[in-house]
Amino acid sequence: MRRFSWFNATALTLGFAFLYVPMIILVVYSFNESKLVTVWAGFSTQWYGELIRNEEFLNAAWVTIKVAVMSSTIATVLGTMAAYVLVRAGRFSGRTLFSGMIYAPLVMPEVITGLSLLLLFIGIGLDRGVLTIVLAHTTFSMCYVSVVVSSRLVSFDQSLEEAALDLGCSPFEAFRLVTLPIIAPAVISGWLLAFTLSLDDLVIASFTTGPSATTLPIKIFSAVRLGVSPEINALSTIMIAIVTVGVITASLVTKQAAVRQARDERMAERPA
Amino acid sequence: MAQTVFAPWEDPTEKPLIQFKNVTKRFGDFTAIDDLTQDIFEKEFFALLGPSGCGKTTMMRMLAGFEAQTEGQILIAGQDMARVPPNKRAVNMMFQSYALFPHLSVWDNIAFGLKREGKDKDKIAARVEEMLRLTRLSKFAKRKPHQISGGQRQRVALARSLAKAPKLLLLDEPLGALDKKLRQDTQFELMDIQEKTGTTFVIVTHDQEEAMTVASRVAVMDEGRIIQVSTPAQIYEAPNSVYVADFIGDVNIISGRAKPEGDKVAVRWAEHQPDIIGTTSLPFADGQEIHFAIRPEKVAISAEEPQDAANKIAGKVLDIAYLGNISTYHVELPTGHVIKAQTANTRRLSRRQITWEDPVWISWTDTAGVLLER
Repeated sequence: MRRFSWFNATALTLGFAFLYVPMIILVVYSFNESKLVTVWAGFSTQWYGELIRNEEFLNAAWVTIKVAVMSSTIATVLGTMAAYVLVRAGRFSGRTLFSGMIYAPLVMPEVITGLSLLLLFIGIGLDRGVLTIVLAHTTFSMCYVSVVVSSRLVSFDQSLEEAALDLGCSPFEAFRLVTLPIIAPAVISGWLLAFTLSLDDLVIASFTTGPSATTLPIKIFSAVRLGVSPEINALSTIMIAIVTVGVITASLVTKQAAVRQARDERMAERPA
Repeated sequence: MAQTVFAPWEDPTEKPLIQFKNVTKRFGDFTAIDDLTQDIFEKEFFALLGPSGCGKTTMMRMLAGFEAQTEGQILIAGQDMARVPPNKRAVNMMFQSYALFPHLSVWDNIAFGLKREGKDKDKIAARVEEMLRLTRLSKFAKRKPHQISGGQRQRVALARSLAKAPKLLLLDEPLGALDKKLRQDTQFELMDIQEKTGTTFVIVTHDQEEAMTVASRVAVMDEGRIIQVSTPAQIYEAPNSVYVADFIGDVNIISGRAKPEGDKVAVRWAEHQPDIIGTTSLPFADGQEIHFAIRPEKVAISAEEPQDAANKIAGKVLDIAYLGNISTYHVELPTGHVIKAQTANTRRLSRRQITWEDPVWISWTDTAGVLLER
């Protein structure tokens, strides 16, 4: 392996520092004993204890998870259907328009999406709360799901579906028994993406929420406006930990699958 | 005692399994199949042969039910298939890419179609085992498709498509992905399995050798039409057109004007050259355009002028292609025509005397070639 020159080493250090120093500070101060965020007064886990006893935060966390699970599930179903139709329908007039319309919300400023949804909900007289946030999150996250799923479907060998039909499946059975199991990884990562997007969405949620439903990002944002408390640091640290564990597990699983696949393929080449 | 030759197409009382009746298929402006009528009989091994884009795959996909004809009728066992979806047809297909289900084991792949029929478990298991034995895959039943080699995958695909005991099996370039040696072995295996199961096979291929090897009849296609349907030997020895002669194997074509001479026809093809004499059952008018086709292995080559040949022309060796078992000589005639002559290398290399630039004679009998109108 080549050695790092001093230039490379500096660039690397600065780059990583830029990315991670803010988070490290946040994590370190979550273990601060002092109530003042910027003054170090010794190690303590008291803020984690406070957090668990804080009903408001726990409620907000519960609402957030409920919203994320519901919206990402609905978005996955709708997004997968949209992707399937767009990839499979072949050429029809207006196809470009349709696929463009699916992807447009990806680049739409969130403020505009949020505002238009708010106007819609007021217009049809829907009480704002968990339901409206779920609908709003579904709206924008299904675009992401359909992007992820359609990129998988494009490389999906269509003759697999034809083979299923040929062997006696109805079109729905072919989808359930052949297509879905094969594209499942893409569907799952679409779901995870939608879930994460919903978890950390602040803008759209604050437009479409009502007094009965406060999500965690909204709660944190409003709490911070009254001053940063060590409790928020603790909460954020927990979130960072969850994400880190999730990412590492996911990459380990993927790597293991790749290793297994490579081994199997080597085995296949050997004459039996 | 003569053995009965399998030739149901010559028996007018035999009912065809598949009937194409004036079938036309258009994709937008493009005509893939052009007013095609063809019968295929039970237990036949029928090959659709042609260059890519000739419509052979479209014909097969219409039989499987993946495409609907624009005009005409397709009947399988006397039943009009127009409104029958692929999953309701007693037809199975072996795909070019094999289309094995990657998430299922070899065993489950083969059982897939049987399970859809809702048969009971013991029957399915017995049938799968039978198929595994037939294709010599018993050892690999538990493996996934990516854990076996290309040749084994090809056999899984075959086993899967045969498991439901279809009336008709369609094979789309089934051996395309295999290397040459494995392909030859597999061709004989296919014929063997076809004979054992008694299933009608329709195979699509662009490989003429493959079609000749496996098929009972070969249909040579071009631009959505069948140009000739016949046994491999007939196709090779008695092509009905320059296209077929040229597509199947190697051939020399000399064009000229016909001059009937009793039961023979002379071809006037160049000034200061003797006419080529050939035999034909086709009526040729005096002066009609005619093409003489002769296979290289039917052209003899010699250093001295042959005495009793019906056709002989002098030329010069332009090139020699040594292929081990045979050599092909490219002989240039004074007219500029290049004729290929092939000889079997029955002697070792050092004993042969013809070499580059040598003046030689090429000759053939009056029945060696074919006279064609188009």
